[in-house]
Amino acid sequence: MKDDILLAVRNVSLSFGGVRAITDVSFDIRKGEIRAIIGPNGAGKTSMLNVINGFYHPQEGEILFHGRARRRMKPYEAASQGIARTFQNVALFKGMSTLDNILAGRTLKMHRGFFWQTLRHGPALAEEIEHRKFCEEIIDFLEIEHIRKAPVGSLPYGLQKRVELGRALAMEPTLLLLDEPMAGMNLEEKQDMSRFIIDVNQQYGTTIALIEHDIGVVMDLSDRIVVLEYGHKIADGVPDAVKNDQKVIDAYLGVAH
Amino acid sequence: MRIAQRATARAHDEGERKVAATARPAGTEDTFPKLLRHHAQVRGARPAFRHKDRGVWRTWSWSETYDNVRGLAQGLQTLGLRAGDKIAIVGANRPLLYWTVTAAQMLRATPVPVYADAVADEMAYVLENADVKIVAAQDQEQVDKLQSMADRLKLLDYILYDEERGLRSYDHARLRRIEDVLAEGRRALDDDPALARALDESIDAGTADDHSIMLYTSGTTGRSKGVVLAAGRSVAAARDTVAFDGITDADEQLAYLPLAWVGDHYMNYAQAFVAGACIACPESADTVQEDLREIGPSFYFAPPRVFEAMLTRVTIRMEDASALKRRMFDHFIAVARKWGEKILNRESVPLAARLHYALGEALVYGPLKNVLGFSNIRVAYTAGEAIGGELFSFFRSIGLNLKQLYGQTEAFLYVTAHPDGAIRAETVGLPAPNVEIRIAADGEVQFKSPGQFLTYYKDDEKARETMTPDGFVRTGDAGFFEEDGQLRILDRAKDVGKLADGTLFAPKYIENKLKFFPNIKEAVAFGDRCDFVSVMLNIELTAVGAWAERNNIAYASYQELAAHPRVYELIGKHVDEVNAALAQEPRMAGAQIKRFLILPKELDADDGELTRTQKVRRSFIAERYKPLSDGLYNGADIVDISTEVTFEDGRKGLISGRVKIVDLARHDAAGKERAA
Repeated sequence: MKDDILLAVRNVSLSFGGVRAITDVSFDIRKGEIRAIIGPNGAGKTSMLNVINGFYHPQEGEILFHGRARRRMKPYEAASQGIARTFQNVALFKGMSTLDNILAGRTLKMHRGFFWQTLRHGPALAEEIEHRKFCEEIIDFLEIEHIRKAPVGSLPYGLQKRVELGRALAMEPTLLLLDEPMAGMNLEEKQDMSRFIIDVNQQYGTTIALIEHDIGVVMDLSDRIVVLEYGHKIADGVPDAVKNDQKVIDAYLGVAH
Repeated sequence: MRIAQRATARAHDEGERKVAATARPAGTEDTFPKLLRHHAQVRGARPAFRHKDRGVWRTWSWSETYDNVRGLAQGLQTLGLRAGDKIAIVGANRPLLYWTVTAAQMLRATPVPVYADAVADEMAYVLENADVKIVAAQDQEQVDKLQSMADRLKLLDYILYDEERGLRSYDHARLRRIEDVLAEGRRALDDDPALARALDESIDAGTADDHSIMLYTSGTTGRSKGVVLAAGRSVAAARDTVAFDGITDADEQLAYLPLAWVGDHYMNYAQAFVAGACIACPESADTVQEDLREIGPSFYFAPPRVFEAMLTRVTIRMEDASALKRRMFDHFIAVARKWGEKILNRESVPLAARLHYALGEALVYGPLKNVLGFSNIRVAYTAGEAIGGELFSFFRSIGLNLKQLYGQTEAFLYVTAHPDGAIRAETVGLPAPNVEIRIAADGEVQFKSPGQFLTYYKDDEKARETMTPDGFVRTGDAGFFEEDGQLRILDRAKDVGKLADGTLFAPKYIENKLKFFPNIKEAVAFGDRCDFVSVMLNIELTAVGAWAERNNIAYASYQELAAHPRVYELIGKHVDEVNAALAQEPRMAGAQIKRFLILPKELDADDGELTRTQKVRRSFIAERYKPLSDGLYNGADIVDISTEVTFEDGRKGLISGRVKIVDLARHDAAGKERAA
């Protein structure tokens, strides 16, 4: 099971005009694992996520998802194939409640047309109840019952991050991309978030790729780690191997030039 | 939950057989399982438990509850729980945990609820002391705590859990899901009629002398003790108070207080089981306020700090409201303060005032009570600590029938209670039904009550010390009877002291006056055998934080806000007002507060500064903040302190800082200030 490749990145290069963001990077993500992408600022981590979910289109290389190659894809196509993500800077609908935000994550799963939904009767109502049930499971899972009806904009940052994770989970993704899920959190919030990430991975079997700066957290959470620097892959492997890799140490601590 | 739906169908099939099988006269049940069986027969379809789960309220009738509890009892029996064994319950108020209590009682084992927020070491002490064989825990957090202490708990066989999140990958050699235990038990009962008969016999065999429950005292001083309560006495005590307040099966209450507290076990469990009332369990600890509003309970019980927190929240929100609303609120609250209590006490009130109050009810009190979840309250109690007079009358004035009771774990629970219509904030009421009270020569309150405890577990000697030779229980509280027969409690007998000049010093009296201010969360008063009274204070972060925001005061942490000069100014004014009030009381005028400081950290039960029921442990605090308590009396203006704090997960850290001590002027009886 663990050896099944869910997503493979092959020789991907991405540039914006003359700036090379990613240069010839290859790695894979196995089904059911927690895969971390780390690296110093500007290493191309977020660009890599954006390539994976189809927001950027690499000039060279290809991406295989479920073994099928794809070159150009729109983010919503990635979403409908089961790739969900959260953002470095929380991107929620601030004026809407927690529940509505999470329900928004179910959009792709709703099949009744505009007509039925406007009537809010019969099949559309039954469908909505089903989705509400699913969202309530997520709310219970993430322990955010108390803010179910609170407008998201009024919530503290740590909780907003949790709501955003909830919205991504509502898509029932096969691959979940988390862009710095713990940025700006205090220790306790980080611990909570780590627990949720592990639980998502174990309980739902969701494959997770995450970018994170807190190396302690990354070492504890992930099964395997890719290290990027200036758009190049400099290391790839299990946490212990990566931790002792001289190139990684140099990238983080700097070397005398 | 799956189990409930199945039960509905079964209850219908079996209803008749059960009624035919056991027709006993009502009112003779002397154990909780017998009461449960009784309710399943006479009011099987009435709601017994509710729980908000996944955003929806689910309800279990008495017959469904009976069915589930039987299944659970059988399941526990299979796991090896026998008569006389102990089973601990650790978690929030959830139906499955309440059912575990009854299921254990059905097997004549003794349930031992434990405070869920206890740190691992505290919890291990109780489990060890109580010889617990099985623990029913709420979730992963509790299971982790228990497993970290596994090597200390030699007798522990199984850990059961209610919420599965995060536990799926754990080694299940000694772990079980409560729901699975229940389902297996029910299957066994269905398959083998002999087991069902044996369970019936076990219920019948239960006697009034069975150890119904063991509740650990909060331990204001020293380690907590296991108070052993008998089934018959518990039921008898609950019958008395159910009759006293006229509680019926139409009543409903929200169970949100710690399971391990006598207040929850009596008010929610015992009374509901006697009256056949409905127990509603909140979705989570953070949603209680909203759940309260949705349920609209008819009976409500809360310690004073809950009422304090409510008033604080109302005050903050009114300060942020529009000018019109604020003026309307202020106006009608003034009307309520003048007439509300008189109307509630059915005194004669002029018609114009009644009309004015009625208008206030429509515009302010009604909506306010609705927001607080008090619209349907018939009777509400507060206990656990003395309540501030003004806080008490605020809630009464808006039409909430709030009463005080005085009780103890050892009494299970009532010693005194306010009767309707004779309610005063400073007294705790008349002796409860069938309770005898006397005041010992040294002023200590002593009682004999129907629910009185049997002994402390494994500590008969301590129990003998607590009891007088003629069978009265010493409360350790100093008090006296007023002329109308109502009891007035002064303080813990050993806390009441004297200043060096002989003035009476009742620390709690002063602390409660301070705590009435929404900005002050905790107060710790010192002064016994000293020249003057001084206090350490905690500010209430929500209230002072909101004030800081309005006044453009920036702060990053509790510590920073607490040390801000303008906060000191604000709090200083409150302390001064308390001094002015004390000056008006001849007995207390000498005990005015001369110096005060604001602590750089919130007092916390995890650090041992409060008991699990949130009472301050004065001597412990004095010792812990020794530089500060010394500073209060050696004239220092600024003291440096560094102290250890325990985080919620049990890790420790260090807080250090500089604390300012402020001097205050004295008031004389005429209300004028006089130089100190």
